[in-house]
Amino acid sequence: MKSDIFAPRSLWLAGAFLGALTLNAAAQQPAASPAPSAAPAAAAPLPPGSPLIGRPADSEAAAKLAPIAPPPIPAAADKLPTAKLKVPAGFNIEVYASGIANARSLAEGDKGTIFVGSRLVGNVYAISTDKDGKRTVKTIASGLHRPNGVAFKNGTLYIAELSKISKVDNAEDNLGSPAKLVTIFDKLPKDEAHGWKFIAIGPDNKLYIPVGQPGNNVLHDNEHGLIRRINLDGSGDEVIARGVRNTVGFDWNPENKQLYFTDNGRDWMSEDVPEDELNRITKVGEHFGAPYCLQGNIVDPEFGWGKSCADYTAPVALLGPHSAALGMRFYTGKMFPTAYKNQIILARHGSWNRSKKVGGDVLLVTLNKDGTVKKTEPFITGFIEDNKYIGRPVDVMQMKDGSLLVSDDYNGAVYRVSYGKQKVADKK
Amino acid sequence: MRKTFVRRSMTALALALLASSASAQKFEERIAPCLACHGEKGRSETDNTPSLGAQQAPYALIQLYMFREKLRVNEIMNEMAKPLNDDDLRTFSDFIAKLPKPAPPADAGDAARMARGQAAAAQHRCNTCHNPDYSGKENVPRIGNQREDYLAKTLAEYKSNTRAGYDASMADVMAPVTPEQIADLAYYIARVR
Repeated sequence: MKSDIFAPRSLWLAGAFLGALTLNAAAQQPAASPAPSAAPAAAAPLPPGSPLIGRPADSEAAAKLAPIAPPPIPAAADKLPTAKLKVPAGFNIEVYASGIANARSLAEGDKGTIFVGSRLVGNVYAISTDKDGKRTVKTIASGLHRPNGVAFKNGTLYIAELSKISKVDNAEDNLGSPAKLVTIFDKLPKDEAHGWKFIAIGPDNKLYIPVGQPGNNVLHDNEHGLIRRINLDGSGDEVIARGVRNTVGFDWNPENKQLYFTDNGRDWMSEDVPEDELNRITKVGEHFGAPYCLQGNIVDPEFGWGKSCADYTAPVALLGPHSAALGMRFYTGKMFPTAYKNQIILARHGSWNRSKKVGGDVLLVTLNKDGTVKKTEPFITGFIEDNKYIGRPVDVMQMKDGSLLVSDDYNGAVYRVSYGKQKVADKK
Repeated sequence: MRKTFVRRSMTALALALLASSASAQKFEERIAPCLACHGEKGRSETDNTPSLGAQQAPYALIQLYMFREKLRVNEIMNEMAKPLNDDDLRTFSDFIAKLPKPAPPADAGDAARMARGQAAAAQHRCNTCHNPDYSGKENVPRIGNQREDYLAKTLAEYKSNTRAGYDASMADVMAPVTPEQIADLAYYIARVR
């Protein structure tokens, strides 16, 4: 069974190999034939994909910072930090499901199944609830390559791996056996850096697919730094936004159907700028600045020469430096107070490239009538303790009953936020 | 040589699997087949097989997990890790972290090659994540005084992405590193003091 899933994996390995070669060529670095002299060479430029690009030399504080890898084994249910998480008065937060290694993006099926992607452990999970309210987590696919993105429409589950999109028909009907993935689109680059994907299906019934910039701060070709959309059969491929460094969350404003997306700002420029962005697409083909203009008002110190921020669409909100703003959805349910209706709930995974951590929370972003941002305020806090993570929120998703699910890839869990006296999830 | 090694490992493996069916198996018995190849005292004497001494526990845990899930492919290790549950992974990785760290080899190495390796390590900033003394931290492995053959093999696998890391860091870092530099890096890091 597992070998079925493994066959395509050798293909991606081959693909990733080609990708690495391409990256190497693009680096245009002299094939350093190291001089046999005893003097250490001066540090040459880092490769374009490296998360370390831009790291200041000889800074002890900077040398302490490196991307934080979540543990591969989920935390035991009784070790989850739920009791330490704070929500506004009247709201409740509880564990919806645990034991979901590296839980990332969330999607709800027609019959109430919650599908969960992962970035580092190759699994896609299904959480199902039986008529007695008992919840079961099943791994429906494994051995995939960074299957971060999941989306669901009309019985079909869509899965985004690093460089291909697949579908699983009648996904909720066969949760007991491994999912049968059928590739629908694979015209995507194979870079590891920012290669994992969030996906979602828009009100136009098209599947939206981001392709990140292949590294921290790099000039790149036309196949990167963008959001594209395809028809659900894989046809009609079209780029709708450029200048996108790395978005891992987006949703459509229910009132005017405009797409809002989070975008992660570059690292190593400084502790405090640039900030992550919340953006809005008002017309197809808009350019959001990366890597030339950052956070709408800073020309990049390296690539910004001769560029002007006036030539790019500015963000509608800044979301904090290095805060890793990821999943976001408009709240359209009836459970939360009316102040939440049609507003944005947004998860910040939390920084690694900053001495004092920021993010590690879920925000409420309130909009004006014209779609600009009125204010941002904390919604769920408490994921950081003594400048360390005790959990890291990734995606948020409103369930049909109006409650909100939040995934945590650090603990491998999904939490549920509800409002009012109702403490337990609906027993269907 | 390689064949003998594989046969020996497979025999050890078969014995280990037989033994693991015994209900109250002592930890010493369970770890014995690991140490048979990886070395009793943290230092491996087996070709292409890493020393595990004082390895960072979170890194070791991730690798054992990836072997079990076949996210990292190695026939022997995939078989060895197959029967391990999550608690076993933790127990083994904690044990590995407490083994003595491998000592640098007695010979200081060829000065010119050491200098080239040091220059390459500085160029690619290996010490940022692996620490100035190459002891590693958390999910970043200890690499100082690792076996030279294993270091060279691993760097080449990361470069070709035939070893897909837990995350993308090493695939990215290795892209511009030349085969000559891989040889120098392995030579230097294996002997660094």
